[in-house]
Amino acid sequence: MLSFILRRLGVMVLTMLCLSFVVFFFVNLEPNLRKLAIFQTEMRASSQDLENWLQRNGYRDNFLARYGRWIGVLPKQPVVDPATGAFTPRFRFCDEPAEARFSGVLQGDFGCSTAYRAPVSQRLPEALAATGILMFWVMIVMVPASLLVGVLAGMREGSRLDRSLSFGSIASTATPEYVSGVVFTAIFASWLGWLNGSAATAMTQGVSFYNFTLPVMTMAIYGIGYIARMTRASMAEVMTAQYIRTARLKGLSFGTVVVRHALRNALIAPFTVIMLQFPWLLTGVVVTESIFNYKGFGYLLVQAASNNDIDLVLACGLVAVVLVLATQLISDIGYALLNPRIRVS
Amino acid sequence: METVGFLGIVGGILFRLWPVWACLAALVVLTLAFRPRLGLYGQLFGSGAGIAGVLICGFWVFTAIFADTIAPLDPRVQMSAMKNAFPGSIEPASRIVFLLGGDHLARDVFSRVVHGARVVLTIAPAATLIALMVGITLGLPAGYFGGRIDNVLSFLANLVLAFPVILLFYLLVTPGIMDTPIPYSMAGLFFLFPIAFFCVLFYTRFKSRPERLWPYLALTVVLGAWIYVGLVFDADPLGIISIAPNELNIFVAVVFASSPGVFRIVRGLVMDIKTRDYVAAAQTRGETPWYIMLWEMLPNARGPLIVDACLRVGYTTILLGTLGFFGLGMGPESPDWGTAIKDGSRVAQLRLYLWTGVTPAVALMSLVLGLNLLADALREESLKD
Repeated sequence: MLSFILRRLGVMVLTMLCLSFVVFFFVNLEPNLRKLAIFQTEMRASSQDLENWLQRNGYRDNFLARYGRWIGVLPKQPVVDPATGAFTPRFRFCDEPAEARFSGVLQGDFGCSTAYRAPVSQRLPEALAATGILMFWVMIVMVPASLLVGVLAGMREGSRLDRSLSFGSIASTATPEYVSGVVFTAIFASWLGWLNGSAATAMTQGVSFYNFTLPVMTMAIYGIGYIARMTRASMAEVMTAQYIRTARLKGLSFGTVVVRHALRNALIAPFTVIMLQFPWLLTGVVVTESIFNYKGFGYLLVQAASNNDIDLVLACGLVAVVLVLATQLISDIGYALLNPRIRVS
Repeated sequence: METVGFLGIVGGILFRLWPVWACLAALVVLTLAFRPRLGLYGQLFGSGAGIAGVLICGFWVFTAIFADTIAPLDPRVQMSAMKNAFPGSIEPASRIVFLLGGDHLARDVFSRVVHGARVVLTIAPAATLIALMVGITLGLPAGYFGGRIDNVLSFLANLVLAFPVILLFYLLVTPGIMDTPIPYSMAGLFFLFPIAFFCVLFYTRFKSRPERLWPYLALTVVLGAWIYVGLVFDADPLGIISIAPNELNIFVAVVFASSPGVFRIVRGLVMDIKTRDYVAAAQTRGETPWYIMLWEMLPNARGPLIVDACLRVGYTTILLGTLGFFGLGMGPESPDWGTAIKDGSRVAQLRLYLWTGVTPAVALMSLVLGLNLLADALREESLKD
């Protein structure tokens, strides 16, 4: 088990290196750099001015060297004005080192957000915390609801209850967040006026039923169908097993058989699915936070990517990738622990 | 402003869609008449979900085909009097009825939704097809040979799958990237896979019969090269095939995001089928590995692949909607549903003129629902055998 985890961790680190390199490559494409330079200098800057700006701030240094500096295996060089020789930081809003030193992701320095005019390490935690709250409520709603639907549908395969619940699950997997968000807002906020169509107040005044129901519902709907279908399939399979028949034949009631004998075995497969939902929820977070104007991680990522905020995109990408890989690892380990028949080798 | 009332709207929509009803009726009659001879497709008509799936998908396919006849107006035309007009409003000058109202730029919502079906139903199935080709061509050897080739390909597939889709799109589908050779080189790579696939397919089958082999190979290469030149270099000598740079960019991004999924499924299927007796028999006969993969294993893996393709077209539709929703790739005037949902979902817009956002949202949802129902019915049918 230990060697399995260690090997997986090794693959994880390699994957993170590769992916961060790809992201680094894309955000540093020539059109993106020019956009950044135009954004940072005055509008009327000539193309020579832009080139000078990029040159002076080290964007024209060797690509690999810059990647190494971002990671923190090469020292970051201070930006020096060529005329005076004095230290001039790239961006006024971040304090950058005045002398060369190792200051990359490994040292905890995620760089400087040009869109928010603040260090990334100042912005990222609060956005992640906001998204964490959203995710928590989504999970609270989504997991029990989908397990209940799946178990009810799967315990009597082919019954009318199964058919209607299955149709509901299929319909919910056909409803991406931007569709359900729009439809729910139209019904509950515009038409009935029961709920708030914006979650912006949740950041300042705290979470309430009024401002948080719509985003949570929007995100949960898309996931419920998928988990419910997995649970149903798993439940239906368990219900045909010999030991369920034995339990029924020895005179136990149907309810007891379902709750005591079937449920535990039927929930192993959905566990993996729920863990693997995290990365999928990430896209949902981005969409939902944009619709409901909730300034969490997804909102930050959209702002970073649309403003070509290089360091912030890199940091967001890294966080997202770590999240995906960590959930994959946890789901593998959890699956092995839950199911004694599986032996990792 | 004059309106036609609720019955007028429903009647008007039903009337405008007459080519769709005619084709659907023909489809149902023909299917029921020849059902026993239609194989898997005929069996779909045995279950409620299957019928619903075929009808919904058929509805949107025919809507996309006859979009020019159905839509009363061009999706880009603006009639200034109709800004955010209520559904059923009549345009004062031309007496054209805006059946589903006007949007924030005074365009006809009904025409835009109908034309949006065409955008979605060209890109989504085509992208899925290419993704299937890429996934199959790479997944077969990975599952069959295993070992190092499997390790490398699986690592690459997991790499793409670990990428959050939305970040991938933000990086791959920005206007700036079209100045770089990246989308074109990726398109060049992806469109090679279908050609390679069919060449290997025909070669392994007919290599001892050159009189059959050469026509097939020539056909593949000529057709493939024609489409390839048209799509990748936008230089079709006949001028039939052309694709706008931003559409190519979207296409490539969608193929890139969904082919690792196909790869994983194909690899899993092949690893399962590899242990069957007929594969051992073919190996004993001395067949080449690629013959076994393409002519022995692939036909036996078709059931799950068809189901997956159905689901994947739906998922691709959702992805295209996401792209439109974030304003990535599609032009601001594009009638696709994602862009329409984005325009309609601004807070003020949704509060007062909810039809501009809800109509395309319902359209997108119904298409994906139809595809999911179809996939579900196909799965049930293939499990029966």
